[in-house]
Amino acid sequence: MKMSNLAVDICGVKLKNPIIAASGTFGFGEAFTSYMDISRIGAITVTGITLEPRLGNPPPRIAETPSGILNSVGLQNPGINYFLDAELPELRKYDTAIIVNINGNTIDEYCSLARILDSHPIDLIELNISCPNVKEGGLAFGAHPDTVYEVTKAVKANTKKPLIVKLTPNTSDIRETAKAAVEAGCDGLSLINTLLGMAIDIKKRRPILANITGGLSGPAIKPIALRMVWEVAQVVDVPIVGMGGIMDGTDAVEFLLAGATGIGVGTANLVDPTACVDILDELKDYMIENKIEDIRDLIGALRI
Amino acid sequence: MKNSRMCKIISNHSIADNMYLMAIESSIADRARPGQFIHIKLPYDDSLLLRRPISINNVDLDKGVVYIAYQVVGKGTELLSSLESGDHLDILGPLGNGFSISSYVETVAIVGGGCGIAPLRYILDYWKDRSYTAFLGYRDGNSIYQLDDFEKESDNLYLTTDDGSKGEKGVITKVFEREVDMVRPQLIMACGPTPMLKQIQSIANERNIACQISLEERMGCGIGACMVCSCKVKMKDGFEYKKVCTDGPVFLSDEVILDENVQFSC
Repeated sequence: MKMSNLAVDICGVKLKNPIIAASGTFGFGEAFTSYMDISRIGAITVTGITLEPRLGNPPPRIAETPSGILNSVGLQNPGINYFLDAELPELRKYDTAIIVNINGNTIDEYCSLARILDSHPIDLIELNISCPNVKEGGLAFGAHPDTVYEVTKAVKANTKKPLIVKLTPNTSDIRETAKAAVEAGCDGLSLINTLLGMAIDIKKRRPILANITGGLSGPAIKPIALRMVWEVAQVVDVPIVGMGGIMDGTDAVEFLLAGATGIGVGTANLVDPTACVDILDELKDYMIENKIEDIRDLIGALRI
Repeated sequence: MKNSRMCKIISNHSIADNMYLMAIESSIADRARPGQFIHIKLPYDDSLLLRRPISINNVDLDKGVVYIAYQVVGKGTELLSSLESGDHLDILGPLGNGFSISSYVETVAIVGGGCGIAPLRYILDYWKDRSYTAFLGYRDGNSIYQLDDFEKESDNLYLTTDDGSKGEKGVITKVFEREVDMVRPQLIMACGPTPMLKQIQSIANERNIACQISLEERMGCGIGACMVCSCKVKMKDGFEYKKVCTDGPVFLSDEVILDENVQFSC
């Protein structure tokens, strides 16, 4: 039988398949190279980058909850200069698109990052205005349509790279923030970031996370993510990278049907270092079994 | 690739109060070093999402078997304790930076507390030609495990229990501090609760004895990608967070800053 077409277009960038390693779960890729050929992945989103190196939050930074994970890493990263000098050249050796997740305390910082990246060989910028684990920036911008519009508009004016805005589920109506980002000129959306959560150790009467609260991810949030991808797909025309608890090929197909063009794999990378290619193989199997020749025939193909 | 990680359980049984010993048939046996860990995916229950990092207790190279000795502290380890020979486990490893002994080192002090004794066991078999003095602290007589092994493989052994039901009454750090100047080890290797490690760290520091400590932290991927298992490592101006999974779990004691709030729960 004819090979199925898995290629998708995300904001003008052609990905060989829709699998995208999600930010914060994949480092800069190097930890995974001994487990799989990372060139098989459609795109890699590097760990969240800031202008200056960031220390991150005190440990413990992770807690397991039923079918989920709470994390409070707090954007520990070596800063944009180190990333460009040391990590990017290594990553560029692989045949995969590179998405850089940017984070700032202020709109100016977001803009500076976008401006710096403009002259470097990266494929897409992901504007992270939805990190729940930092005091400034992050959620402060992502929760309200007016601030989403403001920061997206400003960043877009500072770069020619395609811009994806990463949305938070910690908002009253994600369709409103999605529309605001699109009106401000973003090229695509990724959703959802983690849900703000908490876990308590009753023996110590303390929160498990040193940061008290953290971001919930994994299968526990999949139904919410799926619903939000579907809702947003109804009101915008830009491509959506869907994420939230995608652990296998079935989950990937569900997100495609709900309207996602890209399949973000996050928490699964923490459980299985081969998760991205395992999910890709399962997705291919599904297409062969169901005689689907082009993956684009699945996107938004939900029957209501 | 997935299948190559599947390993068969040979045996799994209780060795002390809440402590279990599991033997796993695995091709990683000959690559494993003391202080490294394996990252275990729990079978049968998808809601227990994360792998469990458990230190390598011992290795049988002839049989190709890796042993883990683990304490039951929650749902994950409880499930692990219920598995039987013939069950299979999805395992990553050996992971992390283990202990190391330079060629000039002849005398080694091993200091372990509670379930922190488990990662120290393989040291004695891996570097057979060193002279070991073991300092082992347990909660009580029923918590003691593998004492015979340490007695057999070390030249000298000190034992404490918190309640005095076996050995000396008290904590092992007190005995270690009392004896260390007589023993005069060239190297200390320690694992146990953070307050214990803090004391070992200062005892080693005061006497300028090289010291390696094995740390524990709540872990995610185990391969250095997710940045959740961090510990403070001294820098010229302050500290930075290093990864327990790949920079450790064994660190030089004078490079890390141990915080009291860092948990040790096995």
